[in-house]
Amino acid sequence: MPNVENERTNLAIQARGLVRRYGDMTAVAGIDLDVRRGMIFAVLGPNGAGKTTLLRMLATLTSPDAGTATVMGHDIATAPEKVRFSIAMTGQFASLDEDLTGRENLVMLARLWGFRSGTARARADELLIAFELSAAARKQVKDYSGGMRRRLDIAASLIVTPGVLFLDEPTTGLDPSARQGVWRLIRQLAASGVTVLLTTQYLEEADQLADRIAVIDHGRKIAEGTSRELKAATGSGVLHVSLADSGQIEAAADLLSAHLGSVVQRSPEGAELSVLAGDAAATNAAVTALITEGFALTDFRMGAPSLDEVFFALTGTPDASAPDAETEKAKALA
Amino acid sequence: MTDLTADASASPRTASAPETGTPGIAALRRVPPPTPPGPLSNALVFGWRAILKFRHVPEQLFDLVMTPIMFTLLFTFVFGGALAGSTGDYLQYFLPGILVQTVVFNSVYSGMGLSTDFQKGLFDRFRTLPIWSLAPFAGLMVGDLLRHLIAGGIILGIGLILGYRPDAGLFGTLAAFAMLLTIGFGMGWVFIVLGLLVRTPMTVMTLGFTILFPVTFASNIMVDPATMPGWLRSFVEVNPVSLMTTSLRGLMSGTASLSQIGLALIAPVVLTLTLAPVVLWLYRLR
Repeated sequence: MPNVENERTNLAIQARGLVRRYGDMTAVAGIDLDVRRGMIFAVLGPNGAGKTTLLRMLATLTSPDAGTATVMGHDIATAPEKVRFSIAMTGQFASLDEDLTGRENLVMLARLWGFRSGTARARADELLIAFELSAAARKQVKDYSGGMRRRLDIAASLIVTPGVLFLDEPTTGLDPSARQGVWRLIRQLAASGVTVLLTTQYLEEADQLADRIAVIDHGRKIAEGTSRELKAATGSGVLHVSLADSGQIEAAADLLSAHLGSVVQRSPEGAELSVLAGDAAATNAAVTALITEGFALTDFRMGAPSLDEVFFALTGTPDASAPDAETEKAKALA
Repeated sequence: MTDLTADASASPRTASAPETGTPGIAALRRVPPPTPPGPLSNALVFGWRAILKFRHVPEQLFDLVMTPIMFTLLFTFVFGGALAGSTGDYLQYFLPGILVQTVVFNSVYSGMGLSTDFQKGLFDRFRTLPIWSLAPFAGLMVGDLLRHLIAGGIILGIGLILGYRPDAGLFGTLAAFAMLLTIGFGMGWVFIVLGLLVRTPMTVMTLGFTILFPVTFASNIMVDPATMPGWLRSFVEVNPVSLMTTSLRGLMSGTASLSQIGLALIAPVVLTLTLAPVVLWLYRLR
């Protein structure tokens, strides 16, 4: 099945210059991707960045206007049928028949793949057990919770073990514990050898799950690397300082800014300051100065920059995935 | 681990259960693709889905037959005597027509179903499966034909109770139902096209009935067009719905001519030949 070249290069997905336009709008403006087999690869970007369009092209749902791509060694333009044999896609909205039961959905898809009804039912039951949905197997999907739907949706993508699993925003709209559950599933899938390409607008999700992250914005890839590499790209760490007395915050911020020469961010609660701090000696001097000047610190620590900060550094716009913090800040400024 | 996210509240991983929670996934058997199934097998699975829907949502049957039942009762007992001299005579005239109307109206629902499936992203899943690309539509048609059979059967049953008698007997009735299914199949394409073009199921329904009401009322389903003004009568006489109704009356009373049957088949055949490629083209486009 996989051709010789890709066996050698060990790539599950290889894309060159993919472009897709919708009327005047260019959703994807020339993206290259190399995704190694067995890895979790995250496409990270704000709403409207072109993530879904990119995924749909690779999953043969949308044809590119320019560029080429192979998935598991098969060209998406010339051999979409072969691509479909080796992929599965879980869309942004649970792609299930809500009127049918969970089990019936799985049996239907298994039969569409070509399994005889006995085998199809057996596979459906296996998946239901593996995804802890046995208890709800005979309930209509419309009565499922968000997390159950997602699990069933992913189960539906595993009737035939795919070479590549596409997940479009797998945890959007899930509560934190359901989100944890989906993350655990994705890690286990990757561990079992399935290549996972997921899109997300949550920096934390990419950070937690992905072996590699491509950051895209306005249809272009603006950065790619491991989470660590992306953070290193900003070239420095971040100093976080918490003050006992929030009344001193302005004075402390001025002092830090003077020592470290960069803009100091105030936490929404107003008791913590964060500042980019590349130089260990200067950082040490800044903290010492704070203490000798008589500021009472409840905590100080160095951290790698968060992906939020990385995203900010890369795109120059605030991260769209943290609306709460941003709007709070905006409100505070207004 | 270092603090990767500035926002501490967004780090629930510290409170999460250990990763050993679901051994099930790790133990899941790897399954290679089976031999690809044929188009017929695919279409039958979609047909099976339609049957399952009947089981889970029996209400939809109510939607299908309620309007024609109301029409049958209202027209027979309120207008029937005035229109045809007696309610019995009117029912004899009206019942084949209401069967046509039922099937034509019901084809709107397949467009709505299609629009819903698209909205839910279900078709994206179907399209990433290595199956015959028209299978979902063929399956939709299988479901439609079932719906037409069930609804037609119920309406005929009610007609029989009210005193309708098909003079052509069982054979004529079977032929009439074959004609009904053909009509439904042909009309189905119109609404599949609508379902592909229109994003919301409600709009499909509204648009569908906007087209269907004039076409079914300005026909010979309810009344003989003899008393209509000339301009309207000339429309009614060429209205495909009238042609279908005439042939159905003929089949059920045993008086159908070949030309009647031929004329009734024009619209379904033309619709299928012209719209099936359009459906395929629109589907690839989406």
